[in-house]
Amino acid sequence: MPAPIRLRELIRTIRTARTQAEEREMIQKECAAIRSSFREEDNTYRCRNVAKLLYMHMLGYPAHFGQLECLKLIASQKFTDKRIGYLGAMLLLDERQDVHLLMTNCIKNDLNHSTQYVQGLALCTLGCMGSSEMCRDLAGEVEKLLKTSNSYLRKKVTLCAVHVIRKVPELMEMFLPATKNLLSEKNHGVLHTSVVLLTEMCERSPDMLAHFRKLVPQLVRILKNLIMSGYSPEHDVSGISDPFLQVRILRLLRILGKGDDDSSEAMNDILAQVATNTETSKNVGNAILYETVLTIMDIKSESGLRVLAINILGRFLLNNDKNIRYVALTSLLKTVQTDHNAVQRHRSTIVDCLKDLDVSIKRRAMELSFALVNGNNIRGMMKELLYFLDSCDPEFKADCASGVFLAAEKYAPSKRWHIDTIMRVLTTAGSYVRDDSVPNLIQLITNSVEMHAYTVQRLYKALLDDISQQPLVQVASWCIGEYGDLLVSGQCEEEEPIQVTEDEVLDVLEGLLVSNLSTPVTRGYALTAIMKLSTRFTSVNRIKKVVSIYGSSIDVELQQRAVEYNALFKKYDHMRNGFHLSLLMIINFRFFVVLSSFKMVQVCLSCLCVVPILQANDLLDLLGGNDVVPVIQNTVSTKPASAGGELLDLLGDLSLSGIPPMTAYNKNGLKIDFTFERANPNPNIAVITIHASNSTEADMTDFVFQAAVPKTFQLQLLSPSSNVVPALNQGTVTQVIRVLNPQKQQLRMRIKLTYTHKGSAVQDLAEVNNFPPQSWQ
Amino acid sequence: MTRLLKIVSCSSLRFFLQMRFLLLFSRQGKLRLQKWFTPLTDREKKKVIRDMMMLVLARPARSCNFLQWRDLKIVYKRYASLYFCAGLEDHDNELLALEVLHRYVELLDKYFGNVCELDIIFNFEKAYFILDEFLMEGEILETSKVAVGVSLEEADTLQETMEEYMSKPAY
Repeated sequence: MPAPIRLRELIRTIRTARTQAEEREMIQKECAAIRSSFREEDNTYRCRNVAKLLYMHMLGYPAHFGQLECLKLIASQKFTDKRIGYLGAMLLLDERQDVHLLMTNCIKNDLNHSTQYVQGLALCTLGCMGSSEMCRDLAGEVEKLLKTSNSYLRKKVTLCAVHVIRKVPELMEMFLPATKNLLSEKNHGVLHTSVVLLTEMCERSPDMLAHFRKLVPQLVRILKNLIMSGYSPEHDVSGISDPFLQVRILRLLRILGKGDDDSSEAMNDILAQVATNTETSKNVGNAILYETVLTIMDIKSESGLRVLAINILGRFLLNNDKNIRYVALTSLLKTVQTDHNAVQRHRSTIVDCLKDLDVSIKRRAMELSFALVNGNNIRGMMKELLYFLDSCDPEFKADCASGVFLAAEKYAPSKRWHIDTIMRVLTTAGSYVRDDSVPNLIQLITNSVEMHAYTVQRLYKALLDDISQQPLVQVASWCIGEYGDLLVSGQCEEEEPIQVTEDEVLDVLEGLLVSNLSTPVTRGYALTAIMKLSTRFTSVNRIKKVVSIYGSSIDVELQQRAVEYNALFKKYDHMRNGFHLSLLMIINFRFFVVLSSFKMVQVCLSCLCVVPILQANDLLDLLGGNDVVPVIQNTVSTKPASAGGELLDLLGDLSLSGIPPMTAYNKNGLKIDFTFERANPNPNIAVITIHASNSTEADMTDFVFQAAVPKTFQLQLLSPSSNVVPALNQGTVTQVIRVLNPQKQQLRMRIKLTYTHKGSAVQDLAEVNNFPPQSWQ
Repeated sequence: MTRLLKIVSCSSLRFFLQMRFLLLFSRQGKLRLQKWFTPLTDREKKKVIRDMMMLVLARPARSCNFLQWRDLKIVYKRYASLYFCAGLEDHDNELLALEVLHRYVELLDKYFGNVCELDIIFNFEKAYFILDEFLMEGEILETSKVAVGVSLEEADTLQETMEEYMSKPAY
């Protein structure tokens, strides 16, 4: 069989492929060749084949069949084989697969190999992908090697120990003896890795931390030497000697000095020295300064040093280098909680960074600006932030808007300012405002009672300009629906009131309903607003027309709404005004249940149950079942009582339950009949409608019907249709009584009637006992 | 995605883990080197690579070299046609990470002599060997440029048993 092709030739060949398919074909061919070569247990070319496999793996092709071959390579005596074998193990195996445990023995042997580079390979692999089991098995070997004086090995073993500790923290104790003279090394590599090991131990164990605090003077000395020492070509980076080691030492000092006065004091001088003397023209110097600043902020440094640190960050903010500005903003964000005042001093620079061209910097500056807002600077800051909101990229707008709302809520100097700020956000970034802001804003507006007129006016004007931003439109519709009367009456105090007629307002709202820009949710808001205006405006007919049109809308949500509102117009018109301010609305999903004339009860209905067309019973159930009991208002209905003896009642087109009506009272020309209905779904509730008629020649005015029941019952009296019983049976007054009878006792009632007849007041009491049994059983 | 996050939250105990991963990829989105310093599944690795390429290649020319991704800081630098991309934990020093990337490039340059992307393509295994002499467990192993170069040279001489050192590579 010919020798398998060389790695580099394979790479060259694959690179000539012009399409993905061609490449795949080549690779499949080569994989097949490699597989058969593996099957033949060919030792000579195994290395070559695995190397090729690793290349193909990097291109994204599966290479798992090479895993065992890597193990064989590791076991080989040739260094070339071992090198590729270990690389393959690191790339193809991972600690989750049991296969990797087969390596343990090989690694153990290689850890004791005579050639340091072989030992190095084993250490590298163990430190890269050693699982907890492997680490446990080989910890002893690692600990043994830690004592070596070979600096090449020493640095590798040290980091390997770090890996073992990370995997199996309990083994940390084992390495403690080896840390005895860790810092007396001259070799920078060993020193660096030793500092890493110390750092790891101190982070994981407070005892170790306390134990190693005594190293602070030594660390300070090493750092000092690094700074003061002359040029060392081996470790020099742009004029600074071994910046990597310096930074690592600064980090360790940070951990050791945190919360400890003595240690912090011991490192004070060196920190000040580094902070003032480090060359800042290149990135490397700034990297060290940055680490120094972080250390100063974390330990118990004296105030002079802290101010120095913040000033360094302030200088960073003015640096030409974007990276440095970014890093400054990030650090200031971390320190703004603890050193708020010091950071405030740099506020103007931070705000300037909002105008930076770089996206990462803008984001950091925005976050930091919000953190800096307080009661004193709110006006100025908000101006800048709103300007930023206007001009920033869309990716920022949502977060910025939310931030503005939060800040405004916390620190608004006046209600008017608050409303103005909200308006500004809605008009400039309205479409990016988060959906949940809309209910929050509505709540806010509701609570600012004295600003209602001003708010609705401004929102109305905003709607005239632009109806594309949905959150703005939704809030505006809601406000117009709620405070439309204030809008039309031109009552605004805060600014010049606008003259707008009811028709104009309805034009705008209807415009929202038909516009293509409005989402279904917005349309829902608009329709509800129009409906609410039916109790505030006089042009009720127009509203009725709109509502009835949408009764056949394609949008199910709108249709349902419109039909419900239509029903309110038709059947319950007297009830529509029976409520003082506005109507009972049930709005699904995220909207509110508003019971007006009393407190606003805001309930978000998130269930998807479709409320069927309101049956009268359901309406009454809702009223009856609520915790907030409606206050019965005896206001006059606009509709006159219908003539004749026909039942003008709520239950008109519902099937009666078959309980016969009865006459409860008949005296002096006043007759009161009772008709019955069972309330579904609660069979314990009897619904009684009284029908009062007057056969005398004079009207009975100021008619009031009252009723009382025994203790085991509960009674609810709803509004009467009228308080004038017309003479000569020209009409009846109806009123609904709901009786709750949980114990199914015999129903008895005492009624009291008062009215004015022919100029004189009449009052009468009567007992009603002749209730049909079906009404209470 | 949850798996990756779980690993992240375990590691948050450690504040100074230097690096989570180091990736090299070309402008066309071809991976040239991948080094992972924490255990991840193949799927997770692929996701990280995809995300990194997407984020880094989309950056405009003169942006700053840092960006935020999930809870990691990503530091990247472009050298000719190759992007060097490292993922750091939140408490790491990004400016120093830039220096680390630069040092690695210098080491490659010293070894290959005016390194270019083709060198790394055709000698990817060497790029790994060099990396393994410089970093381990996400930490710096050796801060001296000279020392790394010396170790590599010596290790290379060990390799040649069958073919001549200068003219033909062993495989």
